[in-house]
Amino acid sequence: MSAAGEGLLPPGLGYGQLVGAVADPLMRGRMGRWYWTAFAAALLLTLVLVGSIVWLFIEGIGIFGNNTTIVWGFPIANYVWWVGIGNAGTLISSMLLLTRQPWRAAINRFAEAMTLFAVSIAGLFPILHLGRPYLSYWLAPYPNTMLLWPQWRSALVWDFAAIVTYLLFSVMFFYIGLIPDLATLRDRAQSRTGQVVYGILALGWRGSARHWARHDAVYRAMAAMAVPLVVSVHSVVGLDFAAGLMPGWQETIFPPYFVVGALFSGFAMVVVLAALMRWGFGLQSLLTARHFEAMAKVILAASVIMAISYGTEWLMSWYGGERAERSFLRHQLAGSDALLYWGMIACNVGAPQLLWLPAARRSLPVLIGISLLVNIGMWLERILIIWDTLSHGYLPSMWRPWHVTVWDWALLAGSLGFYALLFLVFARVLPVVSMHDMGKLRHEEGGSR
Amino acid sequence: MTAPLLLAEFRDPDTLLAATRRAREAGLRDLDAHTPFAVDGLPEALGLAGSRLRPVMLLAGLAAAALTYALCWYGGVVSYPFNTGGRPLHTWQVFLVLCFEAGILAAAIAGFVGFFVANGLPRLHDRVFAAHGFERASQDRFFLAVADPQADADGLAALLDGLAPLSVRAVDA
Repeated sequence: MSAAGEGLLPPGLGYGQLVGAVADPLMRGRMGRWYWTAFAAALLLTLVLVGSIVWLFIEGIGIFGNNTTIVWGFPIANYVWWVGIGNAGTLISSMLLLTRQPWRAAINRFAEAMTLFAVSIAGLFPILHLGRPYLSYWLAPYPNTMLLWPQWRSALVWDFAAIVTYLLFSVMFFYIGLIPDLATLRDRAQSRTGQVVYGILALGWRGSARHWARHDAVYRAMAAMAVPLVVSVHSVVGLDFAAGLMPGWQETIFPPYFVVGALFSGFAMVVVLAALMRWGFGLQSLLTARHFEAMAKVILAASVIMAISYGTEWLMSWYGGERAERSFLRHQLAGSDALLYWGMIACNVGAPQLLWLPAARRSLPVLIGISLLVNIGMWLERILIIWDTLSHGYLPSMWRPWHVTVWDWALLAGSLGFYALLFLVFARVLPVVSMHDMGKLRHEEGGSR
Repeated sequence: MTAPLLLAEFRDPDTLLAATRRAREAGLRDLDAHTPFAVDGLPEALGLAGSRLRPVMLLAGLAAAALTYALCWYGGVVSYPFNTGGRPLHTWQVFLVLCFEAGILAAAIAGFVGFFVANGLPRLHDRVFAAHGFERASQDRFFLAVADPQADADGLAALLDGLAPLSVRAVDA
């Protein structure tokens, strides 16, 4: 029907085969050696995460490289990086739904799952970074014997509200989208266990047109709310910095710059996961070159906006004329960690420019390489925002170098492992591609039977 | 005593749409359809009233935002005034951040809960599940369901003549 949909669906595949392509790998019940190797590695790293957290609780935050000047360090950088990755999933899913992008159908499910897991992990870091994590509930307003209220003007309270809202919202959005597919799995399951488990999770969904109409109404309304919500979440994270009176932080550009950065790293992560899913579950027919090309274009656009943002930061530091800001800029561009800064520029601004070439957008290895570089670059950006500013504030007597400890790395690696573990479990028990969205797309594209 | 349930099974959504329009024009009532995905035009063909969930979501969101504003104001101005660097106590600009988050959360919860309440889900059983082959309604078959006491399977089959339903039958309740 529409030219936009060309190449998104395998020709001649009926509704039943579409469902089979997604559901059968789940129902066969045997995963290959690659899966169990990855699972074992992810489990090992998850144990590293648990071990680090236990040691953190025993020993306190002195195990990190933070000091009285660099008070934030790795935990907050990891937090911002994970929230960024988490931001993209719901944004991708909802924005592409509202703008009726036909290529959404194949990627929205695991983009949403990616969000859920990333935001859950992100939420851990600020709590772990609290010296007394067992008091983190003090952020919530509740009647207490101390007669105290949360400080509404504190960015930490905004963060708490934004992350909790976003996490709960994403769970509900994910589940509503998943229910019809759970019913499909219930009806397709051969084993009694599968029928019972998916049957309970599907909550008696029977595909009634009345239910579908409400499903559509709620799902679209939630998608429309998700876009401003996602923008607010990473804007609030940007405000954590912008509300701090430090050179390099106090900039009005921070909220939008953080949102684009989140979209940028999130799309890069989606590309990596999509490539892995496609290979691991044999979804070549559903995740096509067209999908990757569309995502490559978004990454390229976001990279250009990042370049403009960096340029704006430099210009304003110079043009504003304040001595501390200019000194900070010199430190950033030519100071002790300038190499990391230029590495970040190379990853975030340099590498993605290759995607102007159509051949690079269509080459999966090139695209995956660039996506990995973008994720590394965005992580460098997060850590440098913290290190550079905190180590080079207004008071030169407070300037300190920073160190990284083994526990900093262990917590980061552990969180990556835990993320991989959650994703592997998700891919094993739930459909990684939304079957009802694929069916709808097939119908709209005029294919039948 | 509920009316017997008739199911007509189709292979593709467009035929289901045509069948639904025919059934409605013939004056049959209590029509429903069971499909593996949302079919465009089906709610209109069935003559379904628009969902009232969105106004409910809006109201819940606005109410939660107002409540949050009141909470911030009471906590920050009346109950526990705290001077942070000489800033005013009634800092409505930053209260709005929290109001926005609370409003979105409440609207989403209202939509989520309302979706289940309006649909009568979760539900352990429904008589359509007793129909043979109904498990394909979530995969690749499209069912028209008629619960009109005036209708019977032969009449429905005659009405749908030419649309080639795979089957037309009554479901034992």
